[in-house]
Amino acid sequence: MNRSLRPLLATTLIFLFAYMLAVSQQPAMLSTRVLGNFLTDNAFLGIAAVGMTFVILSGGIDLSVGAVIGFTTVLVAVLIMWLQLHPLIAFAIALIVATGFGAVMGAAIHYLKVPSFIVTLAGMFLARGGASVLSPDSIGIEHPFFSAVQKSYILLPGGGRFTVVGMIMLAVFACAIILAHRTRFGSNVYALGGSETSAALMGVPVARTTISIYALSSFLAGLAGVVFSLYTSAGYSLNALGVELDAIAAVVIGGTLLTGGYGFVAGTFIGVMLQGLVQTYIVFDGTLSSWWTKIVVGVLLFMFILLQRLVFKAAPRRT
Amino acid sequence: MTDQKPVLEARGIVKIFGQHRALDTVDFTANAGEVHALLGENGAGKSTLIKILTGAYQPDGGELLLDGAPITLRDPLHGQTYGIGTVYQEVNLLPNRSVSENLFLGRQPTRFGMVDRKRIDAAAKDLLSRYGLDIDVRAELSEYSVAVQQIVAIARAVELSGKVLVLDEPTASLDRNEVQRLFDVVRTLKAKGLAIIFITHFLDQVFDLADRVTILRNGKKVATQALNTLNTTDVVRMMLGKDVAFDHHPTALTGGPKGQVRVQFQGLSRKGLAPFDLSIHEGEVVGVAGLLGSGRTEVARLMFGVDTSDTGQITVDGHPVAIRNPAQAVAAGFGFCPEDRKLDGIFGDLSVRENIIIALQAKLGWFKALNRDDQVELAGRYAEALDIRAANHDMPVKLLSGGNQQKVILARWLAIDPTFLILDEPTRGIDVGAHAEIVRTINRLREEGLALFVISSELDEVVAYSNRIVVMRDREMVAELDGDAIAPDAIVQAIAGTQEARP
Ligand SMILES: Nc1ncnc2c1ncn2[C@@H]1O[C@H](COP(=O)(O)OP(=O)(O)OP(=O)(O)O)[C@@H](O)[C@H]1O
Ligand SMILES: [Mg+2]
Repeated sequence: MNRSLRPLLATTLIFLFAYMLAVSQQPAMLSTRVLGNFLTDNAFLGIAAVGMTFVILSGGIDLSVGAVIGFTTVLVAVLIMWLQLHPLIAFAIALIVATGFGAVMGAAIHYLKVPSFIVTLAGMFLARGGASVLSPDSIGIEHPFFSAVQKSYILLPGGGRFTVVGMIMLAVFACAIILAHRTRFGSNVYALGGSETSAALMGVPVARTTISIYALSSFLAGLAGVVFSLYTSAGYSLNALGVELDAIAAVVIGGTLLTGGYGFVAGTFIGVMLQGLVQTYIVFDGTLSSWWTKIVVGVLLFMFILLQRLVFKAAPRRT
Repeated sequence: MTDQKPVLEARGIVKIFGQHRALDTVDFTANAGEVHALLGENGAGKSTLIKILTGAYQPDGGELLLDGAPITLRDPLHGQTYGIGTVYQEVNLLPNRSVSENLFLGRQPTRFGMVDRKRIDAAAKDLLSRYGLDIDVRAELSEYSVAVQQIVAIARAVELSGKVLVLDEPTASLDRNEVQRLFDVVRTLKAKGLAIIFITHFLDQVFDLADRVTILRNGKKVATQALNTLNTTDVVRMMLGKDVAFDHHPTALTGGPKGQVRVQFQGLSRKGLAPFDLSIHEGEVVGVAGLLGSGRTEVARLMFGVDTSDTGQITVDGHPVAIRNPAQAVAAGFGFCPEDRKLDGIFGDLSVRENIIIALQAKLGWFKALNRDDQVELAGRYAEALDIRAANHDMPVKLLSGGNQQKVILARWLAIDPTFLILDEPTRGIDVGAHAEIVRTINRLREEGLALFVISSELDEVVAYSNRIVVMRDREMVAELDGDAIAPDAIVQAIAGTQEARP
């Protein structure tokens, strides 16, 4: 186990170091206010990245995440504004639709033996297309429930706001950690990532597990969509463009091996926070272009892929 | 064998892959309280039959009966619920997970819906101690040797087998002690009334352990008989459909005039491996004997540049060469047929032909591509020389039977026409007919002037082809035997360290 812990440790150290560096430049960044915003601003990315973690651990990839988020925001907006449904009912419907969508992709991957890359690429086009068919324009959401949720938060000492969406994200991470590391489903996910043939011969229910993994990923993308709509009060088919790539980056920076089988959900959290940190710093600095986020993330990704190569190549052998 | 109660029965099983009938109306019965050996040449269909009996494959015809009632097995998990535990031929475990998880995957004890890790670890430790294995069960499986992994796979299957235990070549990578331990476990299970199906190419193990034997040839059943009515020659004749001439040298090869020194290793070492000096001459076979884990494979990997050496130097034909990676080794005329073909040797998705020519192509470089006719000719020549059985040479090599995959790797290295060839357990998993063929090939290569370095756990076999034998113990070359000193007894003594090592 220690071997796969190493990238996680590295990410954590880099995060702490980067945070200290940022604070030394911008002392204002050390406050609960910033911390609170951190959680809120990255909630949807974090939630989506959790789903991506399971997919990547199992040796697959899910490119439909951003599109599902966009689709969900539109669906939620349509259900609330056009069909006058209560937001909670709209959320439930949207989550069911997203989950079903993921399950179908999982089934296609397993039964048709098509690589996940291709199936979820198709899923991405479908979801984006479906969203713009529902409504090509942005739909603003106005509902007392929305404003109530947006206004509720826990005030942290120092004036920071621990918002509902922040809480949802932390709760998702907590549940996912348990799911990945302490349940049979979690073991089966790692088993698939290790070797699908072996897993099947060892009695892992491959079909059920694969379908569940993609259903889970889409469910979480749906949840991220719900959070996104709460965060922006709008539904738009082009929301969350390219978020799947940010999510993949967060997962890899968090120490999960892109080829599957090794990694931790907790690492993904740090991966997301690290991306958020870079963004916040750029906002604070004010002079830097926001493209710097991408550049820094790119450099980090590259570093981590290198690091993993080193760690996993120098495999210790015992006899 | 007082009660002949059939537990698992197969009737008229047919399995067709594409055009090829891998199994043709095969009947098979495993009784309670018996060890039933399943024998046949490479590609005879043994593993395919096993996979049907355990639910990994669906038959194209015929039926399965468990305790007299017809059953359909959807998948291995389904088979497990009926109490059928299996060790498949290629160790099929999860390299990325801990040893204890590999033992308990799919049936982890849970508390409040959560996997109880402490209990699993304790149970795993306890379980492995019965096989004389005391290891850190929380460490990743891939950190352990093939032998340890094999024992883990066996332990898992034994735990899952309430009624039937299937072992497909379980002893291929085990040493003598481990084999004895396994046999003890199997005998206990047999006494408990389990039906045990045992596949191996070691006939002495069959006679040692099994009660009955079923022999397959080309996908058809030849016979099922009690073993006490048979002798080795009968069994071999039924397997091959003809008699084989065993040209084992009863005595060691007499030294003869050696050629020039082809390769010389001086003070080669690596962390954990004592430095060694070794020169190998043209037309000489140096055999390596020693227990598993004695460092034999490490030496081979070091020679071929798979691992880099910390100290020492290598001379080829009198010129010093640097070998820091396998490409340099190939350039120096070395070939290496590794021990763990699944991991290090086979490109499962590439065709038989591509697998054979790949090292040659790499040696020639990018710009001298072999044309297709040459490829076909080469592949055909070696496939024939080594009797590789494949429906055609364009099929993915992963679909070949285990023994035939082994022959493909050997063919690959012969194809580059090496001057120095390293073979690590070349006959593992290979049937008697091909076994004799490989021993013959080694002898022929030696006569053609190759220098060979051959690792083998089969003492009779090393004795049959070696001019010289180095014995390894605890990661050190402890003895060297040549001329008249080469004999199985002397090797055993050297391995055990009862005799003073000669310089
Ligand atoms: N999935 C598959 N697709 C196509 N052909 C296959 C497949 N599996 C096995 N075969 C073919 O079926 C035949 C029987 O293979 P099998 O693995 O049962 O042999 P075996 O008796 O176990 O041999 P060995 O002693 O070498 O392990 C071989 O010719 C092999 O090439
Ligand atoms: Mg086989």
